[in-house]
Amino acid sequence: MNYEAVIGLEVHVQIRTHSKVFTRVAAGYGHEPNTLTDPVVLGLPGALPMMNKAALDAVIKAGLLLSCKIAPVCKWDRKNYFYPDSPKNYQISQYDQPICLGGSVEIELPGAARNIMGEHKKIPLTRIHLEEDVGKLSHGITESLVDYNRAGTPLMEIVSDPAMHTAEEAYAYLSSLRSTMIYGGISDCDMEKGQLRCDANISIRPVGQTALGTKVELKNLNSISFVRDGIAHEIKRQTGVLERGGVIVQETRDYDGTTGTSQSLRSKEDAHDYRYFPDPDLLPVRVDAAWQARIQAECPELPFDKQRRFMERYQLPYTLASVLVGDRGLADYFEEAAQISGKPQGVGNWVVNDLLRELGSANLPLKHAKVRPADLAALVQMLEAGTILSHAAKEIFSEMFATGDQPEAIADRRGLKVASTASDELEQWCREAIATNPRALAEFKGGKESAINAFKGPVMKAAKGKANPKLVDEVLRKLLIAS
Amino acid sequence: MSSELFFSTIGDLRARLDSRDLSAVELMGVMIARTKAVEPLVGAFNSFDERDALAQAAASDARRATGATPGALEGIPVGLKDVIAVNGQPLTASSKMLANFVSPYDATVTTRLKGAGAVLWGRLNCDEFAMGSSTENSAFHPTGNPWDVTRVPGGSSGGSSAALAAGEAIATLGSDTGGSIRQPAALCGVVGLKPTYGLVSRYGLIAYASSLDQIGPFTRTVEDAAIVLGVIAGHDELDSTSWKAAIPDYRAELQRKQGPWTLGIPKEYFAEGLDPEIGAAVAAAIAFYESQGCRIKEISLPHTQYCLDTYYIIATAEASSNLARYDGVRYGHRSQQAKDVVDLYFKSRAEGFGAEVKRRIILGTYVLSSGYYDAFYLRAQKVRTLIRQDFTNAFQEVDALITPTSPIPAFKMGAKSDPLAMYLCDIYTIGVNLAGLPAISVPCGFTRGNLPMGLQLIGPPLQEANLLAIAQAYERAYPWSQRHPLL
Repeated sequence: MNYEAVIGLEVHVQIRTHSKVFTRVAAGYGHEPNTLTDPVVLGLPGALPMMNKAALDAVIKAGLLLSCKIAPVCKWDRKNYFYPDSPKNYQISQYDQPICLGGSVEIELPGAARNIMGEHKKIPLTRIHLEEDVGKLSHGITESLVDYNRAGTPLMEIVSDPAMHTAEEAYAYLSSLRSTMIYGGISDCDMEKGQLRCDANISIRPVGQTALGTKVELKNLNSISFVRDGIAHEIKRQTGVLERGGVIVQETRDYDGTTGTSQSLRSKEDAHDYRYFPDPDLLPVRVDAAWQARIQAECPELPFDKQRRFMERYQLPYTLASVLVGDRGLADYFEEAAQISGKPQGVGNWVVNDLLRELGSANLPLKHAKVRPADLAALVQMLEAGTILSHAAKEIFSEMFATGDQPEAIADRRGLKVASTASDELEQWCREAIATNPRALAEFKGGKESAINAFKGPVMKAAKGKANPKLVDEVLRKLLIAS
Repeated sequence: MSSELFFSTIGDLRARLDSRDLSAVELMGVMIARTKAVEPLVGAFNSFDERDALAQAAASDARRATGATPGALEGIPVGLKDVIAVNGQPLTASSKMLANFVSPYDATVTTRLKGAGAVLWGRLNCDEFAMGSSTENSAFHPTGNPWDVTRVPGGSSGGSSAALAAGEAIATLGSDTGGSIRQPAALCGVVGLKPTYGLVSRYGLIAYASSLDQIGPFTRTVEDAAIVLGVIAGHDELDSTSWKAAIPDYRAELQRKQGPWTLGIPKEYFAEGLDPEIGAAVAAAIAFYESQGCRIKEISLPHTQYCLDTYYIIATAEASSNLARYDGVRYGHRSQQAKDVVDLYFKSRAEGFGAEVKRRIILGTYVLSSGYYDAFYLRAQKVRTLIRQDFTNAFQEVDALITPTSPIPAFKMGAKSDPLAMYLCDIYTIGVNLAGLPAISVPCGFTRGNLPMGLQLIGPPLQEANLLAIAQAYERAYPWSQRHPLL
């Protein structure tokens, strides 16, 4: 029998705010344990939460970017459960009225080849809500330690519908979600720092069946590729169970990405009763139209919208466009240089091939690049005007990258510009080239335009590569017609 | 009548301190001596720190010596219920769970009292985690009523009312979730004010039931209550439930607000179970107001019979969650017998909490549980809305309501071993918390057995100034709080 997988993802994204979600203490990563705390974070007797508006702004922004419906009121609930990483033994979260409802994440599946754009799809979202992160436990042999630095960091939970069917789709979903969050300045989504965490709900059913199979929750998918591998593994495992005549047990499984195996953490019977109820310490907050409009004004163009626009407006090939939109800063850099130069395709190639390569080998982020978009634009213009030749342009670019100097100045200093008027010398080289190739001359005379190219190589060689190809063409043409 | 210094009012002491007739250090010395003399009988304090109090008093004298305008409570010894955080002082909630806990921060009211120059004096006993009506639920020791130390001072803020009545403080703060300021004020013969929910910040108040808890003052006079309220009231950005309302000068308002008023008598509050002597005393107070030209109107609060049930669902639900943090992991009592983390939770909480606290946690956990939430918690919230609506309707017709504060005067320690009998002590005070209203208890006489009785006045939200003025009109005619217990 053929089976179809049904996958839903629950993604937790830490919001990048200066302070924690219910108090003024700084949020951060990599600090000495238990230094980013205060009475509120530690849940001391008498401490009360106070909402951080920046965190709510960020969730509203995420919701608007993903076309969610924003709830008119932000209401808070307590999720009650005992665990040492939870300082109050309840988590402030949102239960029945999440701040964002519906919406979708656009995904792009791999194409038939690297340079062919794959299919685009919209994966519908169920909800996004805001909550506080918990602390971090580390277990020794005889004791366990808790670090509450992470506790109280604003955390979004983004829940998709069970609407994906392959590990590739889940991978594409997470990649797209991640770049959208980064574009919006909502989170850095560094999975190694736990800024983005993913759990997957997976079930399988015979193809053609509409009812869902028994779901298994897969936890600890700690990198985007673990998400893909873990889901693929789980689909295979469930298929194997059914094919052997077994039944799927509703459970939570822990995926170990290093060994590519999973094991059961707990079954459905251990499910918590979280005793949700409205948090009496936090008043609901009204989110009016003006508030939404203010956030809407801060929303950037989404990566795939930008990709479409770059391909249409600048006629960029898919490969260039997809690389450029992979980073908002890179896309902005490209667009600035493209507009200044009026040569988007040339600029696109330079950014993707040369700038990225230099940045990569220097291990520099884009923001530290010394080459300004306007300078790259000038370089591309010089090249396309024939003022410099392509190998000279490469040399100039390397120096621009190293020094930040302008291309014009570098070309002048290093004598890399080609002459703009024909010299006697050039005319002489052209005469010689024609004289030594009577066959090409005859062809040209006979009406074969392209025969002119046969003379250009020897001329350029004589000029040691510094001749202006336009001028060479001009002079040759004049001489050929006259002869 | 007593002219003893430790029975003075804030107003009198401020005048003497300002004229340098008395220093804050001298005053504090008197309070310490008085406290040491009567504490063996009363037991109002969980702890006090003489050196710290004298240092605060000396600092107050130094501030006064600079000639700067003195704060509203400059040099006045004020005692705090042991559920209000003071940086560097114990914060126990009268529970074994927090017996060794020292607060690393100040509650907002503490910051404001310090800012007004008050000398913070002692940690006052209460029912464990403010759950109770007699202070017998304290894990440490009971508190005696200064009028008869074999009787309870009321609760949960019994240490606050007893310390004031016994002359161990000039004013005290308590917290009121279902009557925990007003009932002990009534039983000890002092003034107790429960402000509008949200008027006084709860930041730094150990939470019992967050949507009901409110801090308020115990004082000898209505004017003193106005002074203390003026210091502690006002918006706090650390408490999201605090009102952003302008705070009037309550003391000045007392001079301005004059009657006559229209006063409502809720008929449901004069039904069976009311002690006849208290009923007569309240009737006499009503007659007084009528004699002053006030209109008296009988009104109905039809959902009164549901107050107790509603309260015990909402308060315990919130408490079950609020008290979850006391688990032995970060601070507080930690069982030495635990084998693993779940065992640590069970044993620390089993050892650290007393019977009434456990009873309420279990009740609250039950009403929030899946399958029971709608039938209990959600329905209680709906009934709460109806109860609030009853009051709103009443205040369309009247300026304030007059009721007894407690159905009975101070009872013997150990007399109410049945929790339900104890819960009935709050029958006249609980509705006010459910509706978030301000209410004040003022002394209205003594029983034949020389036990104080209290009169409760209830006002619309944020109308404390008017409420205080109505209370003061009675107090001027019947200054019962000038009587002091013989200890």
